[in-house]
Amino acid sequence: MFAGAIILVSLAYIGVLFAIARFGDKRADRGQSIIASPYVYALSMGVYCTAWTYYGSVGRAAATGVGFLPIYLGPTLMAVLGWFVLRKMVRISKTNRITTIADFVASRYGKSTLLGSLVTLIAVIGIVPYIALQLDAVSSSFTLLWNYPDITSARSAGSAGVLDTAFYVSLAMVLFAILFGTRHLDVTEHHEGLVAAISFESIIKLAAFTLVGVYVAFGLFNGADLLYEQAAARPDLARLFTFNPTTIEFGEWTTLTLLSMMAILFLPRQFQMSVLENMDERHVAKASWLFPLYLFAINLFVLPIALAGLLLFPDGAVDADMFVLALPMHGQQQVLALIVFIGGLSAATSMVIVDTVALSTMVSNDLLMPLLLRAGLVRSPERRDVGGLLLAIRRIAIAAIILLGYLYFRLTGGSAPLVSIGLISFAAVAQFAPAVLGGIYWKGGTRAGALAGLIAGFLTWGYTLSLPSLHVIGGAPDSFVVDGPWGIGWLRPYALFGLTDLDPITHALFWSLLVNTLLYVVVSLLRQPSAIEHSQASRFVDAFQHTGAGEPLLFWRGAAPLDDLRSLLERFLGAARTERLLSTYARQRGVDWQTLTIADADLVQYAENQLAGVIGTASARVATASVVQEDPLTMDEMLRLLDETSQVLAYSQQLEERTHQLEQKSLQLEAASAELRAANERLQELDRLKDDFISTVTHELRTPLTSIRAFSEILYDNPDLDAARRTNFLEIILKESERLTRLINQVLDLAKLESGAAEWHTTAVHIGELIDDALVATSGLFAEKNIQVTVAVGAGLPAVWVDRDRVMQVLINLLSNASKFAPADVGAVQIRAHHAGGWLQMAVIDNGPGISPDEQAVIFQKFRQAGDQRQGKPKGTGLGLPISAQIIGHFGGRLWVESEVGAGATFLFTLPLEPARSVGSDEGMG
Amino acid sequence: MIKGDKRGQRLLAIFALGCILLTYPMLQIFNHGDLVLGVPLLVLYVFLAWLAVIVLTALAIER
Repeated sequence: MFAGAIILVSLAYIGVLFAIARFGDKRADRGQSIIASPYVYALSMGVYCTAWTYYGSVGRAAATGVGFLPIYLGPTLMAVLGWFVLRKMVRISKTNRITTIADFVASRYGKSTLLGSLVTLIAVIGIVPYIALQLDAVSSSFTLLWNYPDITSARSAGSAGVLDTAFYVSLAMVLFAILFGTRHLDVTEHHEGLVAAISFESIIKLAAFTLVGVYVAFGLFNGADLLYEQAAARPDLARLFTFNPTTIEFGEWTTLTLLSMMAILFLPRQFQMSVLENMDERHVAKASWLFPLYLFAINLFVLPIALAGLLLFPDGAVDADMFVLALPMHGQQQVLALIVFIGGLSAATSMVIVDTVALSTMVSNDLLMPLLLRAGLVRSPERRDVGGLLLAIRRIAIAAIILLGYLYFRLTGGSAPLVSIGLISFAAVAQFAPAVLGGIYWKGGTRAGALAGLIAGFLTWGYTLSLPSLHVIGGAPDSFVVDGPWGIGWLRPYALFGLTDLDPITHALFWSLLVNTLLYVVVSLLRQPSAIEHSQASRFVDAFQHTGAGEPLLFWRGAAPLDDLRSLLERFLGAARTERLLSTYARQRGVDWQTLTIADADLVQYAENQLAGVIGTASARVATASVVQEDPLTMDEMLRLLDETSQVLAYSQQLEERTHQLEQKSLQLEAASAELRAANERLQELDRLKDDFISTVTHELRTPLTSIRAFSEILYDNPDLDAARRTNFLEIILKESERLTRLINQVLDLAKLESGAAEWHTTAVHIGELIDDALVATSGLFAEKNIQVTVAVGAGLPAVWVDRDRVMQVLINLLSNASKFAPADVGAVQIRAHHAGGWLQMAVIDNGPGISPDEQAVIFQKFRQAGDQRQGKPKGTGLGLPISAQIIGHFGGRLWVESEVGAGATFLFTLPLEPARSVGSDEGMG
Repeated sequence: MIKGDKRGQRLLAIFALGCILLTYPMLQIFNHGDLVLGVPLLVLYVFLAWLAVIVLTALAIER
């Protein structure tokens, strides 16, 4: 009766899976994805936990204690790095329309079909035993449950004449994988139903395992602490609590951590779920703690269950791999046992289904398709629908792979413990590490290097791990393992070259990854990559620099006849889809199909990219190559192209920016140095002027001093000089002293004016009054020479805002100059003042000898007087005009002279009539 | 981008911490069979360190 229930529930469970997958696909078809969530994404990554975890972890814990943990710690650490590594792989895969891990490697190394095939082979050979392991676990658990409540029956597949469970389970898996794994031709389209079902299975296995854990810890043993206490009391169990030679040692612990770090990235099912089925890069971030949390939860009860099994089933009466199921059976918990069985079934089916979908894509795209293409499949005219053929190949591949697993399971008869088989698979996919990780971080890796590394690593793996595992008879290794082939000691597979003392996994991983990495690096360094390798390398390594689905570089300058290209696409994608794709292209690029007969390189590239999503990048390259009259670029041309594009462009931009900055800096420098030079010149000029000024002043001061001194000496030496001459001499001394005083005053005055230290007392001044006052002050001078003075002041002149005394000083200076140069007796001086467009203009006109143009240019300079030569003795200090010019300039006006030789001179100055005008712009030296 | 950069550095630091916490020789310190809180010390330590890495990662990602 229970037997019937087992079958019924199992069938019902598988029915539920189908329903969920169908629901997920239907929703996806309507555009309402149920898997676009980081939680679903993290759960789908839970496909990592297979029957190995579900049953095998307990078995391993029973033998090695804490030794089951590194398999889950590695993925945790790698998940933390997911932001860097996994996200980059996701980005690369989306940009390049990668379909599998084999495609990933092939695409990275120049779309090499050879590499794709090699990776596919390694994956299939590595994974088939792993699939067998799942079938083994399902079969064993079924047999155990079938014999309920007898738990001592030996674990052996299909014995005791019961149903061949493994076979029927295999059939169900084949059906499921075909239905939900090959719905779309384009692999880059998400398998939504599949992902939904796998996520559901992740929940089921975690729930079931936690349920049995709780039951064992609290139902069978009143709490985990009591369970641990009982175990600690037994030395054979207490040893499981620590690292020691009977459990696990640090070397193996580290190896397994490393190994599982690589497995989480490179196992085909992990690549399928975490890279290809990823809906959003942000999910990667959230999954980097959600997924480890899942692993944490599913491992919590492993050790308690193992200890309980060891305590309750002494002497190996029950296989430790089956403790999970045997314990509830032991407690007569029929329903719980059934639930546990379903949990195990879910763990096994999820792994098998996803792995076979991934592997079948690899086999069809990377192994068979290149062969078919080479055999002329594309050209044969009767083969219109290659897409259908492709799907058929994938379906057959799924069936074949599961069947292979079944056969392997049958032949080996489930002799090895679950975890060992799993580890061998892990070590196989770890061989992808140098090619993949090197490929996304090192541009120097080449196709030849990847090929050499993979082949060598794979062979070493085979020799040191896979082969000896087959040379085990009845649980004991044969002489091939113990003594080495033909008795050659240093060839012993578990102690190659005498490297003993390592556990087989560490030993195999060391040698295989060593030769793999070594050859990958060395061979890569030996030869230059080809053009396409070069470009793909930069596309992969600089994945985050190529924004979005950046334009792929063009390798083929050749063009294809449009009809050929169209029929190629139609063969793989079908007529309707091809039409849709091409019209999308036409719309985006603004191409008119009516006139187009030749597809250019750009369109060929577009077509190849579309094909890549269906048959893989390497095959897509071969397929397009067959219709394009191609003309592959040479390395030189490629490099030139590269120069104009990707990283060199960025580099040159940087360079340009630098140059620009430098240019600006040098401009600034130039400007600064020009300023400095100007300032220096100005300083020198000032210096020179100062020197001139001082020497002139000294000279001017010395002249009167000399005469004062000379006449004083005469008076001193000749006390008996007659009164008239003495008076005359004293008069000269007095005059010269006055001149000296005036000179000194004027020098000080000028210095004050020039330095801006002079005080100004601005008041409203009526120019008429000013003239009158000035004339009073100078009347003596004019009367002396009998010069006639006339004044003409315009009517209604307003007051000006000036310093009265200063302007008076100017006026007196001009009048005294006029009196000096106007001839005696016939001299005439006019003073005029009138409006001149907002200004007051004043003129002092004399009828003297006039000033030549040369002299006009210098009289406003200091100590330069007109008529020096003609007059013999200077009549003034030579500072009057410069000081006047300074004063007028201070009020914003201008002082100048108009004159012709022989026609007198006119000195003019202007003053602003606008009183509010700000004053103080006294610059330069008059 | 600056925010993403900071997050990346934090994650790298957590990764390094996890590597140190969960491998030899750190594990040697806790390599005792004694029961602490009813759980073997080594087991307790590994699970706690594991949880710490997960929590730190969650903080780095979600903040």
